Amino acid sequence: MNAPAKPLPSSGQLRRKRQALDFLVDAILLVFGLMMILPLILLVANAFKTPAEMLSWPPSIIPANPTLDNITAVLSDTPLMLWIFNSFAFAVLSAMAISITSAIAGYLLAKFPSRIMNVLFAIILATAIVPFEVYMIPLYFQAQSLGLLNSLGGLLLGYLVMSFGIFLVRQNVIHSIPDELLEAARIDGAGEIWIFVRIVLPLLRGALGALFVLAFFQAWTAFAWPLIVATTQPSYTIEVGLALFQTGFTVDLGRLSAASAIVLVPSVLLFVLLRRNFVEGVASSGLKE
Amino acid sequence: MLKRRRLIFSLLAIAPVIAIFAYVRLFPIGEILRLSLHKWDILSKNKPFIGLANFQELFGDRLFHEALINTSIIAFGVLVITVPLAMVLAALIFYRTRSRFAGFYETTIFIPHVVSLVPAAMAWKWIFDARLGPLNALLSVFGIEPQAWLFDPKLSLISVIILCSWQALGYAVLIYLVGFKNLPKSLYEAAKLDGASGFQSFWHLSIPLLKPISLYVGVATLVSAFNVYAQVYVLASDAQGAPGRQVRVLVLDMLENTFRNYRVGYAASEAVVLLVIVLILTFIQFSLLREKGARK
Repeated sequence: MNAPAKPLPSSGQLRRKRQALDFLVDAILLVFGLMMILPLILLVANAFKTPAEMLSWPPSIIPANPTLDNITAVLSDTPLMLWIFNSFAFAVLSAMAISITSAIAGYLLAKFPSRIMNVLFAIILATAIVPFEVYMIPLYFQAQSLGLLNSLGGLLLGYLVMSFGIFLVRQNVIHSIPDELLEAARIDGAGEIWIFVRIVLPLLRGALGALFVLAFFQAWTAFAWPLIVATTQPSYTIEVGLALFQTGFTVDLGRLSAASAIVLVPSVLLFVLLRRNFVEGVASSGLKE
Repeated sequence: MLKRRRLIFSLLAIAPVIAIFAYVRLFPIGEILRLSLHKWDILSKNKPFIGLANFQELFGDRLFHEALINTSIIAFGVLVITVPLAMVLAALIFYRTRSRFAGFYETTIFIPHVVSLVPAAMAWKWIFDARLGPLNALLSVFGIEPQAWLFDPKLSLISVIILCSWQALGYAVLIYLVGFKNLPKSLYEAAKLDGASGFQSFWHLSIPLLKPISLYVGVATLVSAFNVYAQVYVLASDAQGAPGRQVRVLVLDMLENTFRNYRVGYAASEAVVLLVIVLILTFIQFSLLREKGARK
């Protein structure tokens, strides 16, 4: 390429141009970011509005006459707190189960190579492609025959293992735990279980933290499985409870917004707190290939 | 001897996890394949083998066609909106990595991806609401007639696509950001020395270099959109509380066949169709990736 030599702009001009561009990009991203969360902000605002204010245009972000009526109404109408508790218990237990099964299987698959392990790993990877929705109906009948419908156990049945979690731990073990370290411990007479608990797990803290947060949000936002497995009001998760609540005749927008806000605010706060972990976990999911 | 002991230890230790995995993943996947070839109504005891009859019936089933078409429109609609937009946003965020707002950009774009589906869908249901919603109010400012966003069949599909794209965007941006961080800096410096503008580098360098990421994001977006259900359940349910009358999607049709019509074998054959779609998409992704590797 023989581009004709351009007259070089002075460095001051360049810097000013660069600053203007930076400012423009910042402005675009700020506006876009605000627009992304605007629906949620308005929803939370609606929770504190009177019916009349909810209809006003343009919608106000800070209610003129804030009221707690919607929130108290929804809390007395529905077992909202019970549903939140169900979801929370489900999410925490699922995240624990997934972290434990992934840590054990991922470590063994990484550090105890054999033909059987290769086959197992290939099977785990192959099933990772199959979406949950494809096999949830047979799984429902398994939960039924175990007598686990409408219980926490039934919810958990679908969320005990995660192929991606096993994969994530295996990659981390391969990259961050050298064989020599394990060999040295073995020569010193350490048992395999001691090595796993005292050497491997502490080194996997970052990866397991990311996986835990990922698994927590996966269960927290689960919908189709809880909808079919937990069908009695006391066993609903918050997602299912809200979805069924909103189809009721007598429900008005204020109460719906209030119920939604009660769920949204803590999960957004939790996410903002755990953002680093979460982003790490999700980002590594894209590096499968 | 030591090697043998280690092998036995590893197999014993992994056995419980594999047992759980087999019970909650492999077994139901096998069952769905088996059931799809059988006629099983929940109420009857026997499940006669009927070969591909379920699939034959599916191809003539008007409701299934509707579900398949709607789901495909949603999936490709989300793809077309999400992937290019995510790439541009990721490029802008990457360009401003050192901005003091960088964390704000990432967080706000990602929040819709992690918040509970139903409350988020509820916010959009209000926005789209024909009488009360701010969207129609906004349109009327520009002199546009109010639209029945959630009742008109076409508009309700568009509404679902908007909601799903809003949620899928954060994930795609995040994966693209990882991609941008891994691009070789030297290439961009060389391009700059040759007088390429930022836009030119994006067009001629980033887009081709990020092709593997784009393929991954594209297929991941499509696959998750083919499983769309909760969004439709909330947005497109009518006043009587019969969910999803307006927009029938595959998962909804499957669940209805199982729990309303008690036709489990038939629903299983629908699940197999969904699986085949996902497998084809994944296969396309891998073969396109390989093709690129071969040319190098």
